[in-house]
Amino acid sequence: MKKIFSLQHVFLLLGALILMFILAPMLGMILKTSPASLFETARETEVRDSIWLTIWTSMTGTLIFAVAAIPLSYLLVRKKFPLKKLVTGIIDLPVVIPHSAAGIAILGFVSRVSVMGKIGSAIGLNFVGNPAGITIAMAFVSLPYLINAARDGFAGVPERTEKAALTLGATPVRVFFTISLPLAWRNIVSGLILMFARGMSEFGAVIMVAYHPMITPVLIFERFGSFGLKYARPVSVLFILISLSVFVLLRSLAKDKEDE
Amino acid sequence: MLTVENISKKFSGFCLEKVSFKVEKGDYFILLGESGAGKSMLLEIIAGLVYPESGSIFLEGKDITRERIQERKIGLVFQDYAIFPHLSVRENIAYSLHGTKLTHHEKKEKVQSTAEQLGIADLLDRKPSTLSGGELQRVALARTMIQVPELLLLDEPLASLDTMIKADLRSILRKIHRQGQTILHVTHDYEEAISLGTKIAVIDKGKIIQQGTPEEVFRFPKSEFVAHFVGVKNFFKGKLIRENNSTYALIDDRIRIRVETDEDAGEGYLAIRSEDIFLSAEVMQSSALNNFKGKIVELIPASTGIEVILDLGLRMHSLVSRESINTLGIMEGSDVWIHFKATAVRLIKA
Repeated sequence: MKKIFSLQHVFLLLGALILMFILAPMLGMILKTSPASLFETARETEVRDSIWLTIWTSMTGTLIFAVAAIPLSYLLVRKKFPLKKLVTGIIDLPVVIPHSAAGIAILGFVSRVSVMGKIGSAIGLNFVGNPAGITIAMAFVSLPYLINAARDGFAGVPERTEKAALTLGATPVRVFFTISLPLAWRNIVSGLILMFARGMSEFGAVIMVAYHPMITPVLIFERFGSFGLKYARPVSVLFILISLSVFVLLRSLAKDKEDE
Repeated sequence: MLTVENISKKFSGFCLEKVSFKVEKGDYFILLGESGAGKSMLLEIIAGLVYPESGSIFLEGKDITRERIQERKIGLVFQDYAIFPHLSVRENIAYSLHGTKLTHHEKKEKVQSTAEQLGIADLLDRKPSTLSGGELQRVALARTMIQVPELLLLDEPLASLDTMIKADLRSILRKIHRQGQTILHVTHDYEEAISLGTKIAVIDKGKIIQQGTPEEVFRFPKSEFVAHFVGVKNFFKGKLIRENNSTYALIDDRIRIRVETDEDAGEGYLAIRSEDIFLSAEVMQSSALNNFKGKIVELIPASTGIEVILDLGLRMHSLVSRESINTLGIMEGSDVWIHFKATAVRLIKA
């Protein structure tokens, strides 16, 4: 009995250390920032523009790429095809590659001399140093989260349920939209939120493709480099608070729908 | 109306080999076999969810082997019902009405009447997660029947239900059948097969070994497998009659067998295990209510004794020990007295 008791104590202690490890730096930063400096920073146009840019580029990237990613996830679950393991591996690559390296890869892919870049120029779209490039970089590193979450969602839909729908006269398209998608929806929404969050916090891949316009992670970096820790803090705290609010909001919206 | 011709398919662990049978309009056709004999796969092939490797399927004369699921006028109720959990009962039942030319009002009426037919009208606005197994089964039936399919396929519909609910569902299935629905029902339960089916086909290891009416199949089994499936060699069709204090079954309008049962009077089948029939060389007073005089037709050595084939106006099988045969001094052609208890008779209502 005594043994188990002290094992629990050790585990609790370790757990507490981990939690402190996560919270302490952030708490410290928040406490060192005066509300006044927070308000000042919030009033700066550069900061506001940066935060807004970060949010809308990630959201756009998430929504646009979801259109292709969700069907892909469905295929991965339902269809048997050779080299499936390879495809799965490819999907997980962005998580594994160093972010700056990913950024260089993307840059080569969308720069003005590349195929993509040329197509873009033709329609007046430039990727480098442009929100379009930011969106692509963010989506690149965060897609795996959506795809894997959607996969889990679809895997949880019994194939028999889909078959039943087919025997009731539904076309495969109708089955997907009325049965598969609704039943996988909770996981998909979770994946979308995750992809959005991951995109918003990307730094390495984004600076390669577009240092300007500056998303907030880049702004924080620049302020630190140019002016030091004290100057970079308020922006960081502001960004963290706003990010947290956005995610809590999204999560609670998702939960509400679930309870309906 | 349905002709299955030489359907073959190999799939992980099982295979179907040249399966052929015919279901006539109005039949209640039972496909009887052990779990995993490929019966569910066969239903999926008939419904069009899976394509066979070889063979054909004809519905009302038309070759539907490669036809799309949505074109076939066949309904399929799965073993675990596969109700859509995110839709209400009403929406589940109405699912197949999408895209039909009915008005919203007509659809509502149809859903209502189908639900009433299956006794679930009061559940229409409920969510599936709040329903019991029996209720879910009825929803699955309603959902499929609303399309008025030419052929209704049932995959082990009573499998996961408890006894009382099974009886309810059985009477619903009988009702549906009486109203004219042709049914192909797959099961491993021989009592279910006998109580519901008008025709039975026994399938073992992916092959059909015997088909016919329940009596043909069980009374004259063509193979060890079929005989042992039921485990009885004494199988008769009879009429259950209740008279004053006694209940008996009348076989061939002349042989009366006393039975113990709560069932109502009517048609049914009787099954008596060979081990439950015992013999005596002379008239004997016994506590058994069934006592007959008969003749020994044949003695056949069996693994657990001697199988005695008797004729008492009805052909019966008894299983006794070798020692008993010697002690009684009986042989082929001998007169013998046959006894078995009323409680040893298994009655299955049709």
